[in-house]
Amino acid sequence: MASTGGLKVVAQGDREIVMTRVFDAPRTMVFEAWTKPELLKRWLLGPPGWTMTVCEVDLRVGGAYRFVWRRDRVAGDAETPHTMGMGGVYREITAPARLVSTEEFDDAWYPGNALNTLEMIEKDGKTTLVNTVLYDSREARDGVLKSPMEQGVAASYDRLADLLAKAETR
Amino acid sequence: MVLKAAGYERSPSRRLDATFAALSDPTRRAILARLATGEASVLELAEPFAMSQPAISKHLKVLERAGLISRRRDAQRRPCRLKPRPLAEATGWLEEYRQFWEGRFEELDAVLDEMKAQAKGRRRSRR
Repeated sequence: MASTGGLKVVAQGDREIVMTRVFDAPRTMVFEAWTKPELLKRWLLGPPGWTMTVCEVDLRVGGAYRFVWRRDRVAGDAETPHTMGMGGVYREITAPARLVSTEEFDDAWYPGNALNTLEMIEKDGKTTLVNTVLYDSREARDGVLKSPMEQGVAASYDRLADLLAKAETR
Repeated sequence: MVLKAAGYERSPSRRLDATFAALSDPTRRAILARLATGEASVLELAEPFAMSQPAISKHLKVLERAGLISRRRDAQRRPCRLKPRPLAEATGWLEEYRQFWEGRFEELDAVLDEMKAQAKGRRRSRR
């Protein structure tokens, strides 16, 4: 299926979406970047124009996480400001190999919840991340795939270029 | 984790639901793969599977409802033929979803690069 570039996304069975991506870093770092708020805030961004205003992580089995994004008022746009929140509970934590958590959005945009499984496999200093999202129903899974994704991802590429430039000069 | 994209609207399309449902079954995917090489009758399609003709016909009905195949009203034979457009639409969604996440993951690449640079710096200062 879709396989251009680094990230592979496939619809698996009736209720799953599986994303696979290789990162050029050891899995301890990838695991940290997924579980430390100060790092999560820097890459788990919403669409351009959105900022992450709440990022709380209680990294224990049964502990909760909570993320909120906010889009500030734009001149001439009556709809804004706008917030989007989601959260869940950690079900299984095996650092740095595996992280299982539930996910639920404040304003449910797909029916039911989802279970998120992150698996990190390291080889030669690179980490293959497999993110499996299991939805309650096929309708929910298909709804997620069909939601029109923000087209203008160009802005996030610009931010990436900035971060890379900073990393190089260090 | 899946983020809701800005501008998301609940706009279910029953036909597209049917496409995913149709593609979720291995026998139906095998039938589509066979039809990709050219049209075939129910008898011809049933041959490679350990399945009765009625069972295959049931799968064909699902595929037909999803708009993935068409069947000619050709007397007894009624050959099946692949209709590629809904398939292309289904993979189109995956591609959009992929692009959305690739943007996030490229940000993560940058964060990881910085973490690596910092770890290197710490090792150096310890020497």
